[in-house]
Amino acid sequence: MVPSVNESEQGRQGLQANAAAQAPQQAGQQAVALDRVSMSYGQRRVFNSLSCSFPQGRISLILGGSGSGKSTILRLIGGLAQAQSGRVLVGSEDVTHLSQGGLNVLRRKLGMLFQGGALLDSYSVFENVALPLREQRRKNPAEIGTEVRATLNAVGVSDADDLLPGELSGGMLRRVALARAIIGKPVILLCDEPFSGLDPLTIRRMEALLVQINRELRMTMIIVSHDIQSTFRMADHIVLLLGGKVIEGTAEQMRHSQQPEVAEFFSEGTEIATARGAI
Amino acid sequence: MANPISELGYKALKFVQALGNLAAFTAAVAWAIVRPPSRFGGFVRELYKLGVLSLVIICVSGLAVGMVLGLQGYHTLVRFGAQQSVGELVGLSLIRELGPVLTALLVAGRAGSATAAEIGTMVATEQLNGLRMLSIDPISLVVKPKALAMLCSTPLLTGLFVLCGIYGGYVVDVGLMKGDPGSYMSGLRSAVDFHNDIECCLLKAVIFGTLLGLIATFRGYNSEPTSEGVSAATTSSVVISSVSVLLMDYVITALWGV
Repeated sequence: MVPSVNESEQGRQGLQANAAAQAPQQAGQQAVALDRVSMSYGQRRVFNSLSCSFPQGRISLILGGSGSGKSTILRLIGGLAQAQSGRVLVGSEDVTHLSQGGLNVLRRKLGMLFQGGALLDSYSVFENVALPLREQRRKNPAEIGTEVRATLNAVGVSDADDLLPGELSGGMLRRVALARAIIGKPVILLCDEPFSGLDPLTIRRMEALLVQINRELRMTMIIVSHDIQSTFRMADHIVLLLGGKVIEGTAEQMRHSQQPEVAEFFSEGTEIATARGAI
Repeated sequence: MANPISELGYKALKFVQALGNLAAFTAAVAWAIVRPPSRFGGFVRELYKLGVLSLVIICVSGLAVGMVLGLQGYHTLVRFGAQQSVGELVGLSLIRELGPVLTALLVAGRAGSATAAEIGTMVATEQLNGLRMLSIDPISLVVKPKALAMLCSTPLLTGLFVLCGIYGGYVVDVGLMKGDPGSYMSGLRSAVDFHNDIECCLLKAVIFGTLLGLIATFRGYNSEPTSEGVSAATTSSVVISSVSVLLMDYVITALWGV
């Protein structure tokens, strides 16, 4: 059984040790901003002149219909996709104009949790999580081992060092992927659908883990999700993509929005929940 | 009329673009090979997967080809009273042509397809993007050990194929046809020249290994991130590798001089 995040005292210590290494950040500043970005995949226009921003040190959730470009925003921020026009600013750096070397430097400040985990199949859990540290070559094997185990404990995965990703459950896989994403102490964490395919209990644990990491490490988080309940529970800031329009606000502002399309978007989730309850 | 012509033009452009991409990919792999880290652990792991796990198929195929050559050669040569030349025929055929070419085709089918499928799956499951987000170059970590292992294992497997083939010819000539063992071995020794035959065989094996490594990794690396894309990359890797090996075999043979 996966231990609860709050049960893991060693894990908390691991996270706090990481937090001490983080530079203090000021809330209210924008960590990431998209400025009039246009993006197409072949003939299909994903978005046109899209602008939005993500506050530093906060949890931002990106919501929207299928194909609205939620995951594309994360890929643009990480430099995995190239915008046709506009600027993608991470801090003061425009990702769209960075060379490969510049991108590599920028990505050391970013962590990304992919939907399927994106762990290397042929590497064990330990090797996957140790990979970023080994590649940086700044630590000896003993230090790497200590840090990897502390981070795995922090995300609630212990005694799984030698397992391969294919031997893990969905929840454990996401936790290991999360450990790999945060072990390099990124300033910004990008999460692509971290709750999809998980059972409700595991979703709550994953939510708690992300909130804990955000609060203790003051890490900026940008999360793509379809889960409206999770969004209201954990979001400090919401970016809603609707029919090419961007609507931003806090969870409270979204919940009580008078805009018809926003009210309709959020009511759909509650309607289904109500219908399920009635059945 | 415009449609077939524009289609032809489109395909020609795509072909030129693919050649350009392959050249850029080759340069990136070469750059990754000469700069640290060496990835020795990954190289040894790949050498085992691509080389050691191919041993059985190479030995069995080499033996079978040598036995067929021995049998066909004996029945043809005996008509001219030259059955003592079976060793010469088997040795020269295997060392000059069949050894390097058939080994390369077998490696393309077994190890090349596995390599393209593995890298293609890594593309489809975003493992390579995961590495990029960790500031790790996928060409250095994933492609370099596989391409180098293919380059190093192909000449070794070729040597093994040739040895097994010569033994297969010996078994048929001496064991089944009651030929003279001394004639078989002396014919082989006198016919095979180190510079003309062994060096040419090794050169072919090295060039084929380089081609196989590059084509398999390139096709996997550039596959569409879908199951259909992985399947297409695997198939095209085998087809392109096989045709390239056969064409290159002719070019090397013609340049080297027969």
